[in-house]
Amino acid sequence: MKKRQPSLTALVDIAHARSGDKGDTANVGLIAKQAKHYPLLVKQVTAARVRRHFKGVITGPVERFELPNLKALNFLLHGALDGGGTISLKTDAQGKVFSTALLRMKIKVPQ
Amino acid sequence: MTKPVVRVAGAQGFWGDWLEAPYRQLTGGPVDYLMLDYLAEVTMSIMQKQKSRDASLGYAKDFIPLMERILPELVKRKVKVTSNAGGVNPRACAEAVAQVARKQGLAGNLTIGVVTGDDLLPRLDQLLAAGHPLANLDTGRPFSDVRASVRSANAYLGAAPVVEALRQGADIVITGRVTDTGLTLGPLMHEFGWRADDWDRLAAGTVAGHTIECGAQSSGGNDLADWGRVKDLANIGYPIVEARPDGSFAIIKHPRTGGAITAAGVTEQLVYEMGDPHSYITPDCVADFTTIQLKQQGKDRVEFSGIQGKPATDKFKVSCAYFYGYKAVGTLVYSWPDAYKKAQAADRVLRQRLKDLGLSFETVLTEFVGVDATHGPLAGPPSADLAEVQLRVGVRAADQEPVDRFTREIAPLILNGPPSVTGFAGGRPKPEEIVAYWPALLDKREVTACVDLVRV
Repeated sequence: MKKRQPSLTALVDIAHARSGDKGDTANVGLIAKQAKHYPLLVKQVTAARVRRHFKGVITGPVERFELPNLKALNFLLHGALDGGGTISLKTDAQGKVFSTALLRMKIKVPQ
Repeated sequence: MTKPVVRVAGAQGFWGDWLEAPYRQLTGGPVDYLMLDYLAEVTMSIMQKQKSRDASLGYAKDFIPLMERILPELVKRKVKVTSNAGGVNPRACAEAVAQVARKQGLAGNLTIGVVTGDDLLPRLDQLLAAGHPLANLDTGRPFSDVRASVRSANAYLGAAPVVEALRQGADIVITGRVTDTGLTLGPLMHEFGWRADDWDRLAAGTVAGHTIECGAQSSGGNDLADWGRVKDLANIGYPIVEARPDGSFAIIKHPRTGGAITAAGVTEQLVYEMGDPHSYITPDCVADFTTIQLKQQGKDRVEFSGIQGKPATDKFKVSCAYFYGYKAVGTLVYSWPDAYKKAQAADRVLRQRLKDLGLSFETVLTEFVGVDATHGPLAGPPSADLAEVQLRVGVRAADQEPVDRFTREIAPLILNGPPSVTGFAGGRPKPEEIVAYWPALLDKREVTACVDLVRV
């Protein structure tokens, strides 16, 4: 019998998030709803993957930090806000909804 | 005698937060302090502008009627206040509060502490001459790039001068640019006698301050995890730190209020505006957010413990605001059928006209609200049947002239562009001056915080 493939799940189903700004950098804190899903986030939601996810949206690199105590990853998305703060022309000049944009990403979750 | 617990209530998370929150925090149950945070990165430059027009201004004006409303209860309940409402003119702010207090017959009953020393604007050239580069902390650009257009410059002071004001007997502490977290840590250091090098406890008080500094964002507001389950947002209770001498604390809210204190919601606030979680740098200490242990302890109560800190750095962060240029944003709404196509066509027409007029901009940014304004290309292709789309075009330039001309090019599209357009009742877009933010570091030895008392 063929081994069952893990299904693709949108992050919004297993995580929540909040984002904010520091200058032209948006930060996204990604938090697993259940502790069992945190290792999946660590393994699959890498800085490189997040950089690809936001292709065409951000201009700079992505940094990632781990907070296992909070089941959370913190991402810094550089060059995300058209200059940031008062300079930015974007609706989301303060990066408030980069959180939900990250939650669109799909990862493999074992059944 | 040291109190077993001290309660610090978050009562304003920014200048413009809910006007009802302070009164409700004061009267909804037991609290020892109200903490009101008013200052965002560029707020100081707005206040500087107000002060340059009228030397008696330059602080959060809302603070005065707000204090007028709560002063009698504040005195009756012996609740103290810490706030950075003083902006660039804390003395004038304190004097205005003293005046309304006297009018209410509170003379002899109230002492206001005033914290200054953060304003570096008059000393900028002297600091540069002494070899302090004030280079941009994010980009490394030299300060000389913006020196001529700097509008305000303030060091972020920490909890120390707040502690000193409380020690001298202040009931209300009004500061200039003191960090948001210092306004909560200050009362805890004062009440519990925490030393200035007790890094773990200072880190705990800093985390407590970070948790309540954005008001209801840790008590059920803007809470994605619990959204849909959070009850009675209309009646939301703002967060309260219930701290103990050992540095552990709980986040709670008053009974019979709406909202929710949950581990998930509090965690969202912890990661908000976070950089490197191992090093949350304040003037008081370096807090390690990876050491925070959270526990939901029944309804509307989250316990914090285990927080560790490291020694403070030898630098103050400095926030400068400088004139950057001009911007304007124009919007129009297009309806079904083909709403998105019409909006796209209007954008092309507009851009052609701007080009034909020979206008030069640093940036022209188009967003289609309803299609891509919040998530860009991640949102995917829109439905062909959208009921409406808002065209939103922004421009930015060093000079005002092209921005002014742009603002005249939106309305004509209503009659000479694509059809089924509405939503222009607000009139022509207004050109805005851009005052931008310049972060830097400065040797702590260059800054001396100053505490004065105003006796009502």
